Amino acid sequence: MRNNPILIAGYILGAFAVGGVGLVAVTHALTSERIAANERAATLRTMAAVLPAGHLDEDPLRDPIEVGAPDLLGGATTRIYRLRRDGEPLALVLDPVIPNGYMGPIKLLISVLADGTLGGVRVLAHKETPGLGDKIELAKSDWILGFTGKSLGNPPEGAWKVKRDGGVFDQFTGATVTPRSIVQAVRNTLRFVGEQGAALYDRPARTPGES
Amino acid sequence: MAPVLSSYRAIAGDGLWRNNQALVALLGLCPLLATTTTATNGLGMGLATTTVLVLSNLTISLVRNLVRPEVRLPVFVLVIASVVTVVELGMQAYFHELHKVLGLFIPLIVTNCAIIGRAEAFASRQPPDRALVDGLSIGIGFTLVLMTLGGLRELAGQGTLFHQAHLLLGEAARGFGLGLGPDFRGALVAILPPGAFIGLGLLIALKKGIDTRLARRRATPVRILPPRTIHE
Repeated sequence: MRNNPILIAGYILGAFAVGGVGLVAVTHALTSERIAANERAATLRTMAAVLPAGHLDEDPLRDPIEVGAPDLLGGATTRIYRLRRDGEPLALVLDPVIPNGYMGPIKLLISVLADGTLGGVRVLAHKETPGLGDKIELAKSDWILGFTGKSLGNPPEGAWKVKRDGGVFDQFTGATVTPRSIVQAVRNTLRFVGEQGAALYDRPARTPGES
Repeated sequence: MAPVLSSYRAIAGDGLWRNNQALVALLGLCPLLATTTTATNGLGMGLATTTVLVLSNLTISLVRNLVRPEVRLPVFVLVIASVVTVVELGMQAYFHELHKVLGLFIPLIVTNCAIIGRAEAFASRQPPDRALVDGLSIGIGFTLVLMTLGGLRELAGQGTLFHQAHLLLGEAARGFGLGLGPDFRGALVAILPPGAFIGLGLLIALKKGIDTRLARRRATPVRILPPRTIHE
């Protein structure tokens, strides 16, 4: 029994499994704090990018709510961070999704200031065609900066389209679908914020909303 | 000492050139084709693979007399999977931005046949020092191919080289990238998946061409030399 080769092999395999799990567990314990800090810093950095300078308060990630408005914001639920200064509303940061980009979903980060103008728009993730649709990235083109400072009345709502559709926003050579869907998503986000208004700031944090 | 060194040299030559896993064995094509859209990505993926290879080769060589043949493959897979997870956590902690780009492909290193191939074919039969040299040279050989292919595709596709190198090498490398200027339109196909296959095909052809030329040069003196030595 003690020299049964299958049992010995099993013990060896078991020992290696325990050793492997132990190694991973130790590494996880050693790195988890740093990884969490990295993720937080990355979120803060993208958040700072869509906000005018000085709008980032001391802990912008502290006050999130989740709303469900798939018609206007794309995703089943959308997270909204609320930034305040001295208790007064300062800005909302939303992460809507465009479910029907040219090649797949496009994830956005949009900030709407308390006066209803856009603080900024960035694309967080997309699968658009490299060289054509990917000009929505700031790294490739500054097209996305064109939204900053716009609002539902500026340009008038009817002109929230790409130029080919009679609006004011540029399309790209060889790619109209991508910019069109982003213009539409930004306009819908502004509509959502316009409809909900101050109610968004009044909601208690972290309650799943019902739109 | 000398025989040891020359055996190291043979192992390194195999790993870097004669038995290059990407160009000759054609192993590990999944990360090779998927991650080589830029030179930086290729280099990052290559370094991650090299780290895994060195650690797994070393571990497997150290325990080679302990592991019974019946369970050797599961043990190898366990060792490789643990090492890959550790490398992934390390990347998340220390190269967070690069991990965002490559993150999807790092767990796939587990399935890179080159790694279990070296474990089975080399590390499980050789002492740790030779296994270490083997892991290092196979890894560097793989990295060089990834980086070259990434560089070719980046240059042809978007007209830059080592764009965003700071993701891997830190802020100091921010200005490291080369560009052909904003007027360069680029061949889109190079960035798309077919570009990876075409690029790899070109690299394999280049290596074959160099090998053939070297073999011819080596062969010719042998035929010509004897009469000369007789004359003199």
